[in-house]
Amino acid sequence: MKFLEKIVHAQRKHFREGGKLARFYYAFEALETFLFVPEHTTPRSGSVHIRDGMDMKRMMVTVILSMVPCLIFGIWNVGHQSYLATGVEGISCATKMWIGLQVVLPMIAVAYASGLGVEFIFAIFRRHPVNEGFLVSGMLIPLVMPPTIPLWQVSLATIFAVLVGKEVFGGTGMNIFNVALLARAFLYFAYPSEISGDSVWTYIGEGAVVDGYSGATPLAVAASTVGNQEAVPVLDLYEGVWKTGLYDIGNLFLGLIPGSVGETSTLMCLIGALILIGTGIGSWKIILSVFAGSYVMGLIFNLIGLNEFMLLPPHYHWVIGGLAFGAVFMATDPVTASHTELGKWIYGFCIGLLTVLIRVFNPAYPEGIMLAILLMNVFSSLIDHFVISSHKKRRLKRVPAVS
Amino acid sequence: MDINFKRGFDIPLKGSAPCQLDGKIREGTCAVRAIDFRHITRPKLVVSVGDTVKAGSPLFFDRVFPKVQHTSPASGEVVEIRRGEKRKLLEVVILMDKETNFLSFPSFAAEKLSELDRDQVIDILCRSGLWPHLIQRPFGVMADPETNPDAIFVSAIDTSPLASDYTFLLDGEKDCFQAGLRILRRLTPGPVHLSISGIPEKQGFFPEVAKEEKVILHQVTGPHPAGNVGVHIHHIRPINKGDIVWTLDPCGLRQIGKLFLKGQYDATKRLSITGPSAAHPTYLETISGISIKKVVEQQQIDPEAVRVISGNVLTGSAVDAEKGYLGFHHHQITLLPEENRPEFLGWILPSFQKLSVHRGVGLFSFLNPNKLREIGTNMHGEARAFVQTGAWEKFLPMDILLLYLIKAILAEDYDEMEALGIYELIEEDIALCEFTDVSKQNLQMILREGIDLMRAD
Repeated sequence: MKFLEKIVHAQRKHFREGGKLARFYYAFEALETFLFVPEHTTPRSGSVHIRDGMDMKRMMVTVILSMVPCLIFGIWNVGHQSYLATGVEGISCATKMWIGLQVVLPMIAVAYASGLGVEFIFAIFRRHPVNEGFLVSGMLIPLVMPPTIPLWQVSLATIFAVLVGKEVFGGTGMNIFNVALLARAFLYFAYPSEISGDSVWTYIGEGAVVDGYSGATPLAVAASTVGNQEAVPVLDLYEGVWKTGLYDIGNLFLGLIPGSVGETSTLMCLIGALILIGTGIGSWKIILSVFAGSYVMGLIFNLIGLNEFMLLPPHYHWVIGGLAFGAVFMATDPVTASHTELGKWIYGFCIGLLTVLIRVFNPAYPEGIMLAILLMNVFSSLIDHFVISSHKKRRLKRVPAVS
Repeated sequence: MDINFKRGFDIPLKGSAPCQLDGKIREGTCAVRAIDFRHITRPKLVVSVGDTVKAGSPLFFDRVFPKVQHTSPASGEVVEIRRGEKRKLLEVVILMDKETNFLSFPSFAAEKLSELDRDQVIDILCRSGLWPHLIQRPFGVMADPETNPDAIFVSAIDTSPLASDYTFLLDGEKDCFQAGLRILRRLTPGPVHLSISGIPEKQGFFPEVAKEEKVILHQVTGPHPAGNVGVHIHHIRPINKGDIVWTLDPCGLRQIGKLFLKGQYDATKRLSITGPSAAHPTYLETISGISIKKVVEQQQIDPEAVRVISGNVLTGSAVDAEKGYLGFHHHQITLLPEENRPEFLGWILPSFQKLSVHRGVGLFSFLNPNKLREIGTNMHGEARAFVQTGAWEKFLPMDILLLYLIKAILAEDYDEMEALGIYELIEEDIALCEFTDVSKQNLQMILREGIDLMRAD
């Protein structure tokens, strides 16, 4: 690698101050540090002399790794749902993957290209290093989009989210809202027809759908009972869905259902959660409390029981819609979540509560987790404020253990 | 009080010195470094090049604390006065005599020490040059002789990387140490807290000397920073605004005891030579401020490839292998490899060597947690915004929200700094957090900026 090192380092002089390409220094630096961890050493005084082997790049790569089960399953499921809807049977796993890849890979490429483009342009003009945070956002964005989304909308949403969600606040680490969710929220408000309704969640391709087919997601089916006096229980609707067994609890948990690309499978999200919790990168407190909060709200609704959606057994909320995906990959975003440990419990619990609340009371767009997390992003600093205030008060009241 | 700390981490660094003395070094040059004393702003030299001095003769003082002298650790001739930018005083270099001549100070019988007058004790300590061993909390600066501390804390357990065992550093010095404790009791109306290791083999004579009146013994166990005196203060007698306590290193305490028993400033100390780049990690008997060149002679180091640190890897400062001198408060030299090579795809390639307290893709050091490692000076990454939360607190066994304190410092918010506990911290307490920080921020420097702001306020 000495050879490559020489070539790359020989280019440095062009990007240094006074060099021809000096204004692109930070773009060059980002590529250089991608190839080589720099030779920087610790300061000679006033600081530690040795440093831990972990850095931000490796941390972000670990987060991306935790999303890979969701990604691979999601790619396969795009193909699987497509063949289910068109009624073609006996299709091999590889073929389903191939269909999925054709849909999902362009989305990933467009998200990364648009987002990193904005990041590089800002790094060059604002003269700061390119942060690694977008490596995660760029993977999350395609995973929370329906497979039928037009690519230009992916690009536009990504650019909007990075610009307005992050760069105007000062860049990575300063943002208030989760970038990937902001991209999705942007599309929801700007182009609702492409990201809501019953027809966007399954990629159909060239074929024709079978008789009786309905693209309604489990969440949409449940929401359809709200305001309908003659509605039958949601579980009966699930049983009578166009394809027998499609909305069984087992299928819902595995994620063999239509929905956004990466968020249908609770199982895959839990595998991701294991990686995040095992490495200590994601907060288990947040993940656990989101699930707990949604269960509690589900129970409360069971007791009120005004409509059939309220009467849905609470654990169904865990496996329909994007709750699991949001709890594991979005709510745990350390920048936009609460930063105090007690705050994380409250933050996660409120997200769970709000998710179920929004699902039941906003049937026009029943996916509650997106709005719940964005809302709690706003409140996370407030939660921290109260936690810190009580911390300060406690500190003032301390007395010597030994006098 | 017994304290068992859970939070923290012992860095498994290679190169610890076996507990046996490998010779004496008391020749060549030694120096008193003005930079070792944070309170010094306007130093006034009282010697010039060519003057002869005795051990204990004043060399310079700070105009803010005119009583407190900084004195020569050895007798000899002042051969050089080194200055830095803007003629800032750096160090006064002394060429040592073969036989040490001591300036004589009053001496006392051990049993009389408890009856000494406080003003007299302070006067002798200030004149002898031993006063600067007393460090004040908050802020970690030299104690002000005009103040009266609420308590004095001595930590006789060091948990920092490759730290020496105080029972070996103070071997055979029980009487001096005990005399030192008696002197401390004259300085405060409150108690003297002595914290020692909870492991019986590492307690030495400490439990016996702590039987003095108003000396309270504490046993602590746990990973670093369990031995830091700041952590003990936090758990034993937390300080809020307006409180003042003093701290003292056991080796300084021993010198103080000896001063009052013998009437001499005896700067002799045991020094450990440690670290992955040390050919023979060992102990030497030498004196404060000894020339680094002398003590690392046996270690066969290449000055280009090795960093010589006076102190430990977390809080020490690098010194020149040729022209540097041992720091006033230090009794350890650490030799580290300079890792100043770029590492191809170092952020993703798997590694069993790279030590990390974190878990991540390809970091396998956790499979072999007890293996001693050669860790060099590489940053292993670039400085980034604060992203991870709740990580530093795992390495700081105190009820302090460090992330918010650091942010308050960066925002220069005085009220927040105070409310979040800046009075309780100095650099060494958060050094481990800095080591583990994924964002590669220089937390110690940030904290010192905050402390300096509070002091100036």
